[in-house]
Amino acid sequence: MSTVLFTIYALAACGGALAVVLSQNVVRMAFWLVISLSSVAGLFFLLGADFVGATQLLIYVGGTVVLLIFGVMLTSSGPYGTIKSQPAEVVQAGIIGMAFLALVASTVLSVNWQANEERLANAAHQAAHDHGDHGHVHEGEDGAIERGYNPDESGNTTRSLGTALLGVRFDKDLSLESEDGSDHGHTHGNHEVSAGYLLPFEIVSVHLLVVLVGAAYLARAKRRVDVENA
Amino acid sequence: MENVGLEMFLAVSAVLFVCGVVCMTTKRNAIGVLMGVELVLNGANLNLVAFSRYGSLGLDGQVMSLFVIVLAAAEAAAALAIVLAFYNNHMTVDIDQATDLQG
Repeated sequence: MSTVLFTIYALAACGGALAVVLSQNVVRMAFWLVISLSSVAGLFFLLGADFVGATQLLIYVGGTVVLLIFGVMLTSSGPYGTIKSQPAEVVQAGIIGMAFLALVASTVLSVNWQANEERLANAAHQAAHDHGDHGHVHEGEDGAIERGYNPDESGNTTRSLGTALLGVRFDKDLSLESEDGSDHGHTHGNHEVSAGYLLPFEIVSVHLLVVLVGAAYLARAKRRVDVENA
Repeated sequence: MENVGLEMFLAVSAVLFVCGVVCMTTKRNAIGVLMGVELVLNGANLNLVAFSRYGSLGLDGQVMSLFVIVLAAAEAAAALAIVLAFYNNHMTVDIDQATDLQG
């Protein structure tokens, strides 16, 4: 079932991205971008990242694409007006793009991910063994640590993400206290104290405010140069 | 999810990334270039979330992808404001016409 869903979402994401590249009309590009970004949100849901998927839908599909469509509406010089590229440029860019895709794909396929996962599992097993039998490191049937944040039930990340943004890491900090009955269940065997993301959260908030004020200043209604001449 | 490995997600994000780069380099409409930037950032986000699921990254990858989403929204707003200002001055969004800073 998940394989079928993954196939659908992956094909929609890749096909939407290809259609964004190939289509010449900006409005159709925006439509295919909506398809592609929604499929990426579906892939996030498949990966168990429910909050990130919802944020993707809200901000990208609901916000950024609407902003782009407003930009298209405000700057189009006529209906179905397109700005064409030269055919030689298209061929050149196609060749370079295929070479780049071959480079990235060969890099992905040449890395031995299985050995890396085994090394991680061995390290986690060693760490669990060093800490004695606390027993709150999740081990699978074959002794390997379960990877990922929430492998059992897909999607329980919202509270942890919110507390991480406020500086409290339920998945890391409190793992030492979880032996006295409180069941967090998401520990990675990682006992160092993590400060969370309070400072990056504040920085990105101020950055967003400054950028939006600057954008409003830049895009303010200004008299055109040729209006004065005419 | 047992049959779908990490490589499949990395392949999808590679396709998204390369499509975004090609879109950025070939489009002459400034808003098309912005759409290419969005595709590139989505490929990176998909990588981060996939590593958070399959690797030992834990929740950090998801937090990082949230930051990327927020910064992408800010970038789109600022870049669109620049495009509008350019359109107000030049009556076009063809980036080949943006030669004012050519020395």
